[in-house]
Amino acid sequence: MVPADLKSESFHGYAPEAQKLAVEYLGALRRLPLAFLSGLLREIIDYDFRFPAERKTIERELSNLNSLSAAQTKDWFEGFAEVQLSSKLEQFDWVNAPAQFLEQLSAHLWTTHQLDRFRAAALAYAERLREAVPPEAPVVPRLGIAVIGAGADAAPEPLFRKLRSHGAYFTNVQPENGMSDLLEAIAARANAHPLPYGHWYIDGGQELPHPSGITCVSYQGLEPARTALLRRIQQETKKAGMGPEALRTIMAQMQPVDLGMSASEDPVLDRFKTKVLTEGSGTQIFSTSFAQWTAREAWRRAQPVTVLVRFAPRQRQKPMNELLLPNSQSPELDPVGSLMDADMGAYYNWLNQQRLSGSTQSMFIAWFENHNEAVAISPLLPRGTESSAAAKLPQLLSWMS
Amino acid sequence: MTFRTPLDDACALHRPFGGRISNPREIARQLALSRREFLRSAAGVAVGSTLLHGGTLLAAGPQSKRKVVVITFGGGARDQETFAPEGQANIPNLMRELIPQSAFFTQVINRGILGHYVATASLATGTYETVNNFASLPPESPTVFEYFRKQLKRPASDAWVVAPSNGFNRIGESNHRSFGVGTGARVILPKYLLSAATSGSTDYGHLLRDSYETPLYAPELGGSKFELDQMEGILKLSVDDFKANARNLASPDELSVYVVRRLMQQLAPSLLWVTMHDIDIAHAGAYSLYIEGIRRSDRLCAELWKVIQSEPEYRGKTTMFILPDFGRDADDDSGGNGFQHHRTGDALSRTTWMMALGAGIREGVVFDQPVETIDLVPTLGALMGFSATFSRGKPISALL
Repeated sequence: MVPADLKSESFHGYAPEAQKLAVEYLGALRRLPLAFLSGLLREIIDYDFRFPAERKTIERELSNLNSLSAAQTKDWFEGFAEVQLSSKLEQFDWVNAPAQFLEQLSAHLWTTHQLDRFRAAALAYAERLREAVPPEAPVVPRLGIAVIGAGADAAPEPLFRKLRSHGAYFTNVQPENGMSDLLEAIAARANAHPLPYGHWYIDGGQELPHPSGITCVSYQGLEPARTALLRRIQQETKKAGMGPEALRTIMAQMQPVDLGMSASEDPVLDRFKTKVLTEGSGTQIFSTSFAQWTAREAWRRAQPVTVLVRFAPRQRQKPMNELLLPNSQSPELDPVGSLMDADMGAYYNWLNQQRLSGSTQSMFIAWFENHNEAVAISPLLPRGTESSAAAKLPQLLSWMS
Repeated sequence: MTFRTPLDDACALHRPFGGRISNPREIARQLALSRREFLRSAAGVAVGSTLLHGGTLLAAGPQSKRKVVVITFGGGARDQETFAPEGQANIPNLMRELIPQSAFFTQVINRGILGHYVATASLATGTYETVNNFASLPPESPTVFEYFRKQLKRPASDAWVVAPSNGFNRIGESNHRSFGVGTGARVILPKYLLSAATSGSTDYGHLLRDSYETPLYAPELGGSKFELDQMEGILKLSVDDFKANARNLASPDELSVYVVRRLMQQLAPSLLWVTMHDIDIAHAGAYSLYIEGIRRSDRLCAELWKVIQSEPEYRGKTTMFILPDFGRDADDDSGGNGFQHHRTGDALSRTTWMMALGAGIREGVVFDQPVETIDLVPTLGALMGFSATFSRGKPISALL
């Protein structure tokens, strides 16, 4: 089957809203090369479970595609059209299983040395789309907060080295009530700008009490799901013929119910949590990896205006086989290693925030929990500076906006 | 479902998050220039392209006596954690001890598949292999070990591979029809040895870590009587001695180096290939463990060089090569997640480095001209006296 053969009935397997969307833009979809279309269908097929910002992005992209003339479409997708696909790929059920198709397409691109060409086409398209459909500015400058180092007495190496040049480094932060002050600050933003999935609190340990209106995901909160997942991995890996690729495919198809999550009022968030555990690497075993990846995915997918991520100590490294065993005992922790993980995680959190619209106005703060060090980045703070002024975190936040 | 790639996050390729357009060739060139500057300032080496007659050329001795040790700085490490100013603290031994003695290539490009087994197979064959990265399959093109043994009429004991266990057991010889079964290198998988020797004792778990590239898939290790026979017959080690020594080691790569040392002492192979792997813990996302892996690899490379200098069979006639199989994704590539993976195929993950040191090598020089990872095998052929007929690479003239 080729894209030109698509019909309304082709999308009968899609969830209701996804089906409606695909049918509405059927004409545009038919004109696209398969190498590109499969990626778009992967977004559309999960439309019913996507965050509002993602939905809007897909709709705007489809609307733009619909507006292109035949000649423009040819011009925009020339790079993708040049990608040579195998007949096996063309015969794959890419309409109903676009994610699995993409895995096979990726393999094909690597083995046929077409990856670079595809990559160039994808980046060129993204750039062109950004020009044609500029991302909407956030309703308020985005604020990212990373709290690192819980449980660590001291840092083995200087902290925030990658962030300092972008903002002001504070060496005399008064740490008392720091976490509760930060939670209050994001609660105030949530009250002032109530947005669905617009304000997040991600905790790499046990989540602290927080007000409603904030989307919260925590490592401890997902402990039953992680245990269920590890148990399932144990079962699957014992099966004959199982390998890493087959396991990955199985995990990518898992639903919240497969991880023991009972139906909640928020299937979109449940699906997000499931994907963090089934698609993230290391999120199941290391809380620092979980916190970093969850924050990245929250920024990328929900495009919120506030993200507070708190890193907690991860378990100490053990043989991978042991790490993958569901274990009811409290694991031995590695607070210092976790601090280093989180220091890099904070930097990545800032990078991911800066990939969104409004980056020139956005604000970011990283703080060594219960200690005196923090770095604050904002258009109002001088870059690459250092301050020994005594200040509490709310004061730092006030200097940023 | 079986396919042949690193385990992509499909999103990485198909729906870039943010993103920017860059010229990979220009990035690779800039990377090479940065490495040269870092080295010049920190290690005090000269620029080879303009100082070809500078530096000391170490005597190589007769070709028939020459020995070669290849170390893959396994798992891939980025400049910012190694050769850039902020990373140099992680590789003190490379910077202070080995680089000043080496010919250093700043721009080694891997245009193949960025999975560890398939990339190592590509290094060992001099062609970009497309074998399944996660299956136990031999390379499709002849390996350097097969060329070496067949053309130089060397016995099986003269070519060895010491490698991590996941799939590398087939790296010693290809299924190419020009070469028969048993014409390649013998392969030792130290983790299998230990697994067999300890019968799964939990005391040695830290040495049996596996499958970093696929952190969630950790198959059981299958050490057997065959491995025990290897240990006693080849390494001349009793099970008890092996266990006692292993107890003092910190990681799988340390175990590999321990086995390499025994091999050098017992058999003194002329062609020895060591694949390190600890760095690849990065796939689990823990930055501190990735850094630990780099620091350990740095130390182990220096240790192996010391062993070469201390063993009479090797001293003065050995050329050692150190190179990563590939790098890791750049922080600013929105399709990836920085150090964690090597999935985007960006310039940073494709552009690595190589150092050569020892017999026949001009020391203390840096070469900027691009070479490819597949150039290693024909270069080894030129140094040792065999022709890598089926390789797609070219001998590196600066080393000949």
